[in-house]
Amino acid sequence: MTDTILEVSQLTMRFGGLTAVNEVSFAAKRGDITAVIGPNGAGKTTVFNCITGFYKPSSGSISIAHKQGEAIRLDRLPGHSIAKKGRVARTFQNIRLFGGMTVLENLLVAQHNKLQAATGFGVLAILGIGKYRKAEKSAIELAKHWLEQTNLMERADDPAGSLPYGAQRRLEIARAMCTDPVLLCLDEPAAGLNPRESVALNELLLKIRDAGCSLLLIEHDMGVVMKISDHVVVLEYGKKIADGTPEEIRNNPEVIKAYLGEGDEDDPDAPIAETLEEAP
Amino acid sequence: MSQLTANLKDCAAVAFVALLLFGPFLGLQLGDNNAGNLTLSTRPELLAIAVGLTFAARFLLLLWHERRSRRKPNMRVAAAVAKSGKFVGPVLLVAVVLMPIIPGVENSYIDLGVLIMTYVMLGWGLNIVVGLAGLLDLGYVAFYAVGAYSYALLSQNFGLGFWECLPLCGILAAAWGIFLGFPVLRLRGDYLAIVTLAFGEIIRLVITNWVALTGGPNGIDSIPHPSFFGLTFDMAGGPGTFAGFFNVTPTPGQRTTYLYYIILALALLTNWVTLRLRRQPLGRAWEALREDEIACRSLGINLRNTKLTAFAIGAMFGGFAGCFFATRESFISPDSFTFIESATVLAIVVLGGAGSQLGIVLAAMVMIGVPELLQSLQIYRMLIFGIALVVIMVVRPRGFISTRTPTVSLGKAKIIGADMISEGRG
Repeated sequence: MTDTILEVSQLTMRFGGLTAVNEVSFAAKRGDITAVIGPNGAGKTTVFNCITGFYKPSSGSISIAHKQGEAIRLDRLPGHSIAKKGRVARTFQNIRLFGGMTVLENLLVAQHNKLQAATGFGVLAILGIGKYRKAEKSAIELAKHWLEQTNLMERADDPAGSLPYGAQRRLEIARAMCTDPVLLCLDEPAAGLNPRESVALNELLLKIRDAGCSLLLIEHDMGVVMKISDHVVVLEYGKKIADGTPEEIRNNPEVIKAYLGEGDEDDPDAPIAETLEEAP
Repeated sequence: MSQLTANLKDCAAVAFVALLLFGPFLGLQLGDNNAGNLTLSTRPELLAIAVGLTFAARFLLLLWHERRSRRKPNMRVAAAVAKSGKFVGPVLLVAVVLMPIIPGVENSYIDLGVLIMTYVMLGWGLNIVVGLAGLLDLGYVAFYAVGAYSYALLSQNFGLGFWECLPLCGILAAAWGIFLGFPVLRLRGDYLAIVTLAFGEIIRLVITNWVALTGGPNGIDSIPHPSFFGLTFDMAGGPGTFAGFFNVTPTPGQRTTYLYYIILALALLTNWVTLRLRRQPLGRAWEALREDEIACRSLGINLRNTKLTAFAIGAMFGGFAGCFFATRESFISPDSFTFIESATVLAIVVLGGAGSQLGIVLAAMVMIGVPELLQSLQIYRMLIFGIALVVIMVVRPRGFISTRTPTVSLGKAKIIGADMISEGRG
């Protein structure tokens, strides 16, 4: 499968006089892990927020192609429809869980639209008739599936706010997956993880990809980016400076310049890959 | 040692504020001499006692806080409270159901029960908005007023009875809930509170000033009482009345008891609907909204609809309660729907522990029942009441029952402590 799932073209986002993202175009392929990297302040999160409907872009278009039917313009959908109709799910850089609700409840809230449709406008379910029971049962099954995938089964009945940091990251991914997305957007999923958790995260992301969901991720951890991405987009000062496979990006002089400043004349063969891998 | 100095400094500051506050009230006394002239005398010893007591109380409070902060929050106590709730609820329910038919219970107690249950119902209604959805609503009395005036006007102008009007009142109040909800959807926290506060006042002012429709400040009187399957509770007895049909002597207690069971049924309906909704996607979405609005949006939850349903369903129960209020009092005027009513209901929700059904019952009993039962203490009544509220909020800052029971669990449901639960900012 090599068709395009996400097409971002000429995306511009201005905040007053500041142009945070300037005519950025890129495409993500179905079944790929696409990484967006760049130095701090390059506009990665802004691009993300445009894709997931938290910002309305100043100009440009974002469209998602589902397997059936026509492409959907995400920039024209109201915020909550991005997940519902666009089937794009996301996680947040600073984790946003429902801390006072249990892990399982978090995963059921994620299936709200599917479950709400089974309640007969709430009335039938209050009276205890209709197909709500069955719908809830299958929702719990789906939640269990993702609890197993993210290794959170024993914590299912604990409040999400009491989980350790790494588990909260995994739960956020599980919650996003419970919305049954075709594209999962991850905003720095490896931030704050220890090396072991980082490896487990890589495995989880590859598993999600192999199950047929495309991924788009912002990441600072080059270890994660270079190991698992199929495609890398590099932003700097709101503009795209490079776009290609991890191998191409590793050797792209523009990228080296963006990350390290001007290349050293005396040592033109400085292995950028190593430096990038060590980058925080 | 430095801790002690800091504590003493704090106490001195508090005592100084107390001196400023108590100075005019306790330190000075107006009187008159025999010639009819006003005299001003001072009462330094009384002032000193008051300030000294404040100093001591503050010192003890600080010591207690220190001891408590060293201790870990005790989940065992929380779990025990939540567990005891499992049988406190049913026991309370049985007691409430049986109360009016126990011989020897005075009519005034049944009346007090009606009053408390009206506030329990209002508290449960507001709990949907404040406790579950986390939307701070300071104008809840508006829906209470809409319900009351809907019944009064429908019965006066169209001759409709209580039972026909009850659902209409709920629908009308819910419509106003949505009507209010739309403009405030984007507001959060303090701003939301101010706008809802204004909405409550607007309703009251419209009622006061639209004399042609509502009778203005004079209110509406002789609102019909509810009938029992067509039988009235007329004191004259005879055919067509409750007493005449069942061939008993008419007493005022019969109507009070009937009203008691009506409000009990309405309150239980509110409770039942809320408990069912909590276990449903809608209720979970409300709680998720309280926890994190942005995350809700990213999961495809329609924030507008979710907020509006919370407003509408909360308002609907307020409307039911208003309808009941009108039929019970048989006279309503704008004076019954002032801001203090909203504040009382909100205080019940906060004191009970936002989100907890049983906590609200306890809080309503404290907030409404205690001042009534302390009538014999006369002027000290409100003083004791005020001190009691302060003590409760110091000891249990998140309300009587601040824990949360999960709506669904794989294994055994665990009680969630108050420190995890967000209070909502919207």
